[in-house]
Amino acid sequence: MTVQRTEHSSEHNVGHIKGISGPTVTVDMQGLKLYDRVYVGRAMLTGEVVRLEGPGAIIQVYEDTRGLGMGEPVKGTGNPLTVRLGPGLLAGMFDGLQRPLERLREETGPFITTGKELYALDYMKQWRFHPLKKPGDAVRMGERLGYVEEGPFKHYFLSHYDGAILRIIDGDFSLNDSLGELDGGRDMVGCTEWPVRTPRPIRRKLPSREPLITGQRSIDMLFPLSRGGTAVFPGGFGTGKTILEQSIAKFADVEIVVYVGCGERGNEMAEMLEEFVTLTDPWSGRKLTERTVFVVNTSNMPVAAREASIYTAVTMAEYYRDMGYHVLLLADSLSRWAEALREISSSLEEMPGEEGYPTYLASRLSSFFERAGVVETLSGELGSLSMILSVSPPGGDLTEPVTQACLRTAGAFLMLDTSLAHRRHFPAINWFQSYSLYEKELAPHFREKVSPRWEELKQKCREVLRREESLREVTELVGIEGLQDADRLLMQVAERVRTEFLGQNAYTEDAFSPPDKTIDRIGAIVEFHAAASEKLKQGVLLEEAVKTSLNAK
Amino acid sequence: MRLSEHIYRTISSIGGPLVFVDKVFSARIGEMVRIVYPDNRRMDGEVLKIDGETVLIQVYGDTRGLDVENSSIIFSETVKLAPLSPDIIGRVFNGSFLPMDGMPLFIPEKQSPITGFPINPSARARPEEFIETGFSCIDGLNTLVKGQKLPIFSAAGLPSKEMAAGILRNARLADETKRFVVVFAALGLTFREYSFYRTVLQEMRTGFVAFVNMADDPVMERLLTPRFALTVSEYLAFELGIDVLVVITDMTNYCDALREVSTAREELPGRRGYPGYMYSDLASLYERAGKVKGLAGSVTMLPVLTMPEDDITHPIPDLTGYITEGQIVLSRDLHRKGIFPPVDVLPSLSRLMQHGIGAGHTREDHRKVSNLLYKYYAKGRDLRRLEAIVGRDGMTDSDKQMLDLAGAFEQEFVNQEIKRRTVHETLDAGISLLKRFGVVVE
Ligand SMILES: Nc1ncnc2c1ncn2[C@@H]1O[C@H](COP(=O)(O)OP(=O)(O)OP(=O)(O)O)[C@@H](O)[C@H]1O
Ligand SMILES: [Mg+2]
Repeated sequence: MTVQRTEHSSEHNVGHIKGISGPTVTVDMQGLKLYDRVYVGRAMLTGEVVRLEGPGAIIQVYEDTRGLGMGEPVKGTGNPLTVRLGPGLLAGMFDGLQRPLERLREETGPFITTGKELYALDYMKQWRFHPLKKPGDAVRMGERLGYVEEGPFKHYFLSHYDGAILRIIDGDFSLNDSLGELDGGRDMVGCTEWPVRTPRPIRRKLPSREPLITGQRSIDMLFPLSRGGTAVFPGGFGTGKTILEQSIAKFADVEIVVYVGCGERGNEMAEMLEEFVTLTDPWSGRKLTERTVFVVNTSNMPVAAREASIYTAVTMAEYYRDMGYHVLLLADSLSRWAEALREISSSLEEMPGEEGYPTYLASRLSSFFERAGVVETLSGELGSLSMILSVSPPGGDLTEPVTQACLRTAGAFLMLDTSLAHRRHFPAINWFQSYSLYEKELAPHFREKVSPRWEELKQKCREVLRREESLREVTELVGIEGLQDADRLLMQVAERVRTEFLGQNAYTEDAFSPPDKTIDRIGAIVEFHAAASEKLKQGVLLEEAVKTSLNAK
Repeated sequence: MRLSEHIYRTISSIGGPLVFVDKVFSARIGEMVRIVYPDNRRMDGEVLKIDGETVLIQVYGDTRGLDVENSSIIFSETVKLAPLSPDIIGRVFNGSFLPMDGMPLFIPEKQSPITGFPINPSARARPEEFIETGFSCIDGLNTLVKGQKLPIFSAAGLPSKEMAAGILRNARLADETKRFVVVFAALGLTFREYSFYRTVLQEMRTGFVAFVNMADDPVMERLLTPRFALTVSEYLAFELGIDVLVVITDMTNYCDALREVSTAREELPGRRGYPGYMYSDLASLYERAGKVKGLAGSVTMLPVLTMPEDDITHPIPDLTGYITEGQIVLSRDLHRKGIFPPVDVLPSLSRLMQHGIGAGHTREDHRKVSNLLYKYYAKGRDLRRLEAIVGRDGMTDSDKQMLDLAGAFEQEFVNQEIKRRTVHETLDAGISLLKRFGVVVE
């Protein structure tokens, strides 16, 4: 299960640069394997073998190639592109290749120059190991050996093999130290490496039955997401994708969040970081940063590392899932990943498919989505990995290839609407076009755990919005004055549904709405509607009916 | 840093701005080269691609007159650098960094690669300090803050030039004791536009640095000009601690140059012929705006672009909007009504405004005034559609009042001719307008 660190053992495998075009480099090197990690040039830029050709190979370089010269050395590592997994990832911020950005800044200053390799984990730090096994115990691969406390979490170490424990420590250790020994002289270690493009093993996938509460009323009620599920929200620029991703990162009912800023803005990451350190997780009351891992590869950072960033992130997410946690992966934006894939593909001179994207776009996407799910881990625990991903369609046009490819696989589709955003209705989720495939299977949960009226109130909410839509056309022609009182009342109710229920300002207290508050809100509006309608029937004037029904509540 | 020079006379083919050179050892990607023409003219270029001993070179200027036998290429062993010195303030350069103001080039204190380096996201400081542009529609409703990139989306025939000039003249920091410099990059200017801006620059009170690429200058230079401007801005900001406002106009000319160069390289075209990497390329410019923790200065960017066919979904405004932190949208309709600046505040947005306004930044009541103005103006605008159908007489009194408010908002608040307003004057104007129409501000 581990990939041994062998960078230094294969230094004999050296070649030279024979050609450079953008981020791709041709080398005259034998003995490389596809997807091996290599170090390119005297600056030791990280690259990955993407094609083997005759006596050489083509390397995709993850850093800026400017200044790289013909004939410079290239070194193979014999390993694929991996991430390091161990305690200390939480609250960290990494680039697309998992370099710790804080430490990079300490070492090289505020600007990122190339060719600096830093490990994600701190190998000096002392951790207190609590064994769950004792010498003589038999363990299976994936079983828990013990844990350290990583912030508020128990960070479990899982056995990499089947075997019997000969020796196991109880006390302080660093990630360079051994945790003990299994029979056959096999070492037990506190950290591991995992190739980012390979899903981590599980015992089996389970159907998802639990909702993933986001704290956004419109999502939780109308388009509920499920733990282990996948959701995408496409929307043009300024429709609120990032704010929504960030809100969900703050309020989602999960244990661990991995947030990927994929090809987006540096300033919004700075904003998010500054904000997160001041906030608490509403479900556990603990510091929000303690449950979050940030992966940030902004739009001006190298494109190939942007492509890798979502894999780096999902592998870290799987690692915590394997300990039995509910993990949420948020990525903003998947389109930037796809564009990186397109840029790389075109520099490899591959045959382009639709809009220049490589023809394997859809299959890459769907295998990425497949890494989500509720699982029984190798140690028999229940864990889940959910994904909520934003999509940035060019010109807001949803027929473009990335949105379409996502639609085929994602379980929920939340369409962010430019016209709602212009009217400053946020979150700008279009209530007619969006859908969640999880709605039916989650209904029992909401009915039993939140309120027996959940489904009924949801239907009423939808009904009001639908009737408003058809009345709106009439109003456009005759003005609101031309409507009957019952219809005018409905228009008022619909406006309240939109502004007080669906709308949620991310900059106010209302940014987070737990399910009981959500149901109260819609309940109050529906009751107001019923009360006022009743009064209208008794012949009370509209204004009076509205006023008295409002006061009653 | 010129370690050594390698001269080659092995050009194998020339096509448009691209030159293939054979038998080259040790070329570097992005390396600067100098091309010597048969008549001894010299032109700069850059290594685009290396394939074995064949090197592809992009020439920055016109390749007419170049030949295979008598031309030579000098390799410099370094990427394109910009000369830097505090003496740069007050100077005007062309797109090749040659002085246009008749004075000699300053003595460089240092040289930096013009592509810059990305700011480490963990080193960024959150932008939250107010910059006053003097325009109510920006300062009041779409506030600009230090370190932000906020583009102006214009359209053909709209006065984006006058608006850029207004900002060049009027922009101020909240703290007037801090050093403030405007860096102006003009891309693809016609002579008429150039004369206009030259007068503006001459009258400026703040320090400035200008880079001017004219419409008949080589297109490749149009891609370099903003990079020179930004390298200078970063130097002024992060090494000299100055707050820098970069005004770049017109980004549409930049994108068209990018498309032209891409086509010449026979790259696969994307939407409307623009290259598939245009998002990343634009980001490599726009993302250079920012503030860095622990450093005094800042780079704030106001790019101006023209939306082709007034279409905001065109790739140029679209990709820009996807990278910048909001946008200021000009409206043909307001321009027809004689309103200047003709900013439509409804589709306009400053995403970083929230942290830059209120007590300690602008004024305590800023958020409230701005929200109310936006809300009632949006309502009034909505009602205009109804008015068009049922006529004014068919509307309720309160609706009529909203209509009037929207009209007055455009005529009095947005419209300010060339008169500069402080943010206090802006907010007071907003309050008095709201009060006149019976809106309670307190
Ligand atoms: N829930 C919300 N409450 C209040 N304002 C919001 C909300 N969501 C979005 N906004 C407003 O919309 C602006 C744009 O939102 P955001 O940055 O999330 O857009 P985006 O879809 O990520 O755009 P882009 O694709 O360009 O990154 C925000 O700066 C904010 O002003
Ligand atoms: Mg965004």
